[in-house]
Amino acid sequence: MAALVELRDVVKHFPVTRTLGEIARGAHPAVHALDGVTFDVGDGDAVAIVGESGCGKTTLGRLMLKLVEPTGGAITFAGAPMAGLAGERLRDFRRQVQLVFQNPFDALNPRFTIYRAVVEPLINAGIDRAEHADRVASAFRRVHLADFDRYFDRYPHQLSGGQLQRVVMARALVLGPRFLVADEPVSMLDVSVRAGILALLREVRETMGLTAVYISHDLALVRYLCERTLVMYLGRIVEDAPTEEIVRRPRHPYTQALVAAVPVPDPDQSRQPLPIKGNVPDAREPPSGCSFRDRCPHAMARCAAETPALRAVAGGHHVACHLE
Amino acid sequence: MAERAEPVAPPRAGWPLLPVLRRMAAMPLKDPFAFTGLLIYVLFALVALFADQLAPVDPLEILFTKTGKLAANVPPSADFPLGTTNLGRDIYAQLVHGTRSALAVGLSAAVIVATVGTIVGLVAGYFGSTTDAVLMRISDMALSLPFLPFVIVLTGFLGASTSNIVLAVALLLWPNSARVIRSQVLTLRERAYVEAARVTGASAWRILFVHIAPNILPLSFVYAAIAIGWAIITEASVSFLGFGDSASVSWGMMLQDAFASQALSRGQYAWFVPPGICIVLIVVAGFFISRGYEEVFMPRLRGR
Repeated sequence: MAALVELRDVVKHFPVTRTLGEIARGAHPAVHALDGVTFDVGDGDAVAIVGESGCGKTTLGRLMLKLVEPTGGAITFAGAPMAGLAGERLRDFRRQVQLVFQNPFDALNPRFTIYRAVVEPLINAGIDRAEHADRVASAFRRVHLADFDRYFDRYPHQLSGGQLQRVVMARALVLGPRFLVADEPVSMLDVSVRAGILALLREVRETMGLTAVYISHDLALVRYLCERTLVMYLGRIVEDAPTEEIVRRPRHPYTQALVAAVPVPDPDQSRQPLPIKGNVPDAREPPSGCSFRDRCPHAMARCAAETPALRAVAGGHHVACHLE
Repeated sequence: MAERAEPVAPPRAGWPLLPVLRRMAAMPLKDPFAFTGLLIYVLFALVALFADQLAPVDPLEILFTKTGKLAANVPPSADFPLGTTNLGRDIYAQLVHGTRSALAVGLSAAVIVATVGTIVGLVAGYFGSTTDAVLMRISDMALSLPFLPFVIVLTGFLGASTSNIVLAVALLLWPNSARVIRSQVLTLRERAYVEAARVTGASAWRILFVHIAPNILPLSFVYAAIAIGWAIITEASVSFLGFGDSASVSWGMMLQDAFASQALSRGQYAWFVPPGICIVLIVVAGFFISRGYEEVFMPRLRGR
């Protein structure tokens, strides 16, 4: 299937405040949030991006929605370069993409009623006023919020987390988007309401034919929602494969450690966690060569000298590691 | 998915400032401090409105007794409820008419301070970078000016009128509200709901005035209420020091008159105690109201 979103060698550096010494040396220190990321999201696909905190996965999501601009590289949406979008074409792009947030309590303005929050995208998109009420109602029906019109005049602090996340979903769906980025959509919710929200995410993707990118650190969630998973480490993609492959036959040592860290609900089965040491290095000064080498149990001399490229190792399975 | 044909509620999508304003209007009924403050304001407002009826005597007219003598330093009586000044002017009439200038000074300064402070704070906080740097350096300069000397010098240059005192107070007070509102905007603009507005294509100005402004409006009111007090105190101080508008009647001018003519040594307490109490009351009322608005500012403090 044709790609809806294409990223080519995307780099994002966030400048940090310079010390006097750095100004004197002419240095420009920056957090390397993304260092050369290349992948496609096929039209209608569900792709997961997993990795630990600070690996750049949230930045990647923001870049795909044009909320931040890349430092280098190119992103295209439906064949059009995102960097050049302006005026009517930018508004058209905004009507097609949406974001679901991690924390529903923060994602809704405390001064807006529920109705006001969901109608806001319609106002911004210039939809005829006469259609507002019907479109809001149909968005609420899609997210299965029972008796939704009871909540129209309420404020966010009067609703529960699960209800709020459905409101956030309704707001995201009210314009009928093509592309949805969900940034840790259930990690802030009670376990009791997670399953319902996950089922809803899956359902709306199937019924509306959405292309979706799920950002998560939870492989179990990813397995439920996505056919394909990208594993990120310190601003780079280290493995890109069908989700089942990632879970059953992880190739990259980092992915192996991630999979080993997933708890298994079986007291008799014991999986040895892989011995990876230490913490994520400082993203201001990433290590030379492979960024994972100082934590990798298999690190060799070549890993410091040469950055491993993402290479195909099997059907649809790509790994960035010198071991392959 | 089956779309059931249900009756759909009519759209209710007014400007989100309106519910905030409605709640702010209802607030004093719940908070005893704010209620007291509002009551004091209402009383003074009524006095200012009906000053001509309450005190038909011209406050600057020189009065004579029935025997044709100058009615100077007359003690309080039925004819002169608070007595007269050493030049034979009615103190009660001055007190009543002084309410007008106090409210005019306080309210106009409050409107200017809150408007300028809010807009500067919003713009500096949201747009950041050079805009923020320029606006904040200007505010630093205004903050570094000594308060009373600046007001005296400015009225000295531009003329000792009430509007120039208001101008001077506004020039000095806007940075306080601008800075606090800016810092609040700095945190609000990072909230996910602001990002949500950006995703749906809201313009920067729309985000600023529709999504962020309702969240800082109660803070603007806090600063407006504080500015009322400051402006009235400043006007009284400047008048007391003799730099005020000699043609207008104000409580500060009354105090200056009483001081200059040694009312204290003559025991004319009715001359300087009432204007002093009035100044304290109206300033305290402003602080009481601002206290009540803290609750509106933080909705989670509200009882559910």
